[in-house]
Amino acid sequence: MKDNELIVCRDVSLGYEGKSVLTDLDLTIAKGDYLCVVGDNGSGKSTLMRGLLGLIQPQSGTIEHAPALKHGAIGYLPQQTRAQRDFPATVLEVVLSGCLNRQGLYFFYTPAQRSEAMMNLGKLGILELKDACYRDLSGGQQQRVLLARALCAASQLLILDEPITGLDPAAAQDLYKTLAYLNQKEGMAIVMVTHDLKAALKSARTVLHIGRKGLFTGTASDYLASPQGRRFREELES
Amino acid sequence: MNILQMFSYPFMQRALIAGVLVSLCAALLGVPLVLKRYSMIGDGLSHVSFGALAIAVALGVTPLYFSIPVVILAAFFLLRMASHPHWNSDAAIAAVSASALAIGILVISRTTGMTTDVDNYMFGSVLAMTKGDVALSVILSVTVLTLYLLFYHQIFAVTFDESFSRATGLKVDACNTLLAILTALTIVLGMRMMGAMLISSLVIFPALTAMRLFKSFRGVILCAAVTSVVCFCVGLTISFGFSTPVGATVVAADLTVFLAACLLAALRRK
Repeated sequence: MKDNELIVCRDVSLGYEGKSVLTDLDLTIAKGDYLCVVGDNGSGKSTLMRGLLGLIQPQSGTIEHAPALKHGAIGYLPQQTRAQRDFPATVLEVVLSGCLNRQGLYFFYTPAQRSEAMMNLGKLGILELKDACYRDLSGGQQQRVLLARALCAASQLLILDEPITGLDPAAAQDLYKTLAYLNQKEGMAIVMVTHDLKAALKSARTVLHIGRKGLFTGTASDYLASPQGRRFREELES
Repeated sequence: MNILQMFSYPFMQRALIAGVLVSLCAALLGVPLVLKRYSMIGDGLSHVSFGALAIAVALGVTPLYFSIPVVILAAFFLLRMASHPHWNSDAAIAAVSASALAIGILVISRTTGMTTDVDNYMFGSVLAMTKGDVALSVILSVTVLTLYLLFYHQIFAVTFDESFSRATGLKVDACNTLLAILTALTIVLGMRMMGAMLISSLVIFPALTAMRLFKSFRGVILCAAVTSVVCFCVGLTISFGFSTPVGATVVAADLTVFLAACLLAALRRK
């Protein structure tokens, strides 16, 4: 494993209970990468996420994590659940919970963790919301809070699972801008599963298409020239 | 009759000590359970606890020693079902709780018959607490409170977002298991006094009340704890004054406070 690599998958098969969902996957995520994972529903995008996060073990092949990512230091932005929408918690409580993976059994967060949480709130422009109740926020603001929490958990890699689901177009655009900022200015590697091809291809450096007829990995323009991506070309150019 | 006189009775002192501790634990555990949509688990466990008590009496063993392990096992099982993607957890919990109740009633009808004892298990009795029960309640409640404080942030994180917590390396399953064990203990302890039919409301009501009034998780937890203890004390006093069953009176107090909180929340929204 080279120095600038974060996750390396070699000849990986992933699946549940003996059934493979994804096979023969070779994938390298390096520092500062911006990878979009696209593909049809049920093609195994979420399974891949779970594999990258280390929640499921590969059935064959290896998924290797860089030492910096050990102990769960991956910022994950899962899809929101219904229970979360009416959850009574302040923004600061939610964001601080991202620091927990570095916390032993102490009842209080350290001042350093608090200031890190504040800094991440500021980075995402929601510092003034820190005492607001999570359930009173708009969808876009909630997504920012979860992103700030993910930043507390990790400094090198963010994994996002369909982050714009349920956001209005303006909020979605804001989110993409924020991600581009984090990627370019902070050097944060980003892996995003999405259905929103247009915006994804604009910002992503690499595209991974997971389809029933096989995988495609390459740059955004290569993707549009490929058999898997060709059908989206007209739509995007219009 | 004044309040001082009321607590000069040893059985009332025992009821007060055990009741306050159990309501405190129930309220604390209730918040994550309600937020995780696990409210029915409390109900299911109380019915399992009733079945276990009935069997313990038939076998002639000390009820608590028998029912605590059984209910903890049931808690594991119900939690597994609730998080299993292919099972209809709602229906499964309903089935388990009805079956446990049925087994309990069958055992009782073949052994002691429907006596006042059985009535006490179902609907609770202030006289049910012996000295040993109180001692056990104190030990277990202190354990519950300590573990809860120690794992407070983990419990928050896992309740708020299981997938994130799992991804960042928190021990989600251990945390859920801890929650299940603590809930099982609290329910077994509380059901002697509150009754199998009513104990789950002690878990659910304070959390619901607090969620109407507070915006932060810590606020909700503290408010639930205070509400629960106050409602228990008021319920106990009224039940003594008017000779009503404790469990039902406490639940009525909880309901009143809950309705008041709903009203307050509605007024504030205007």
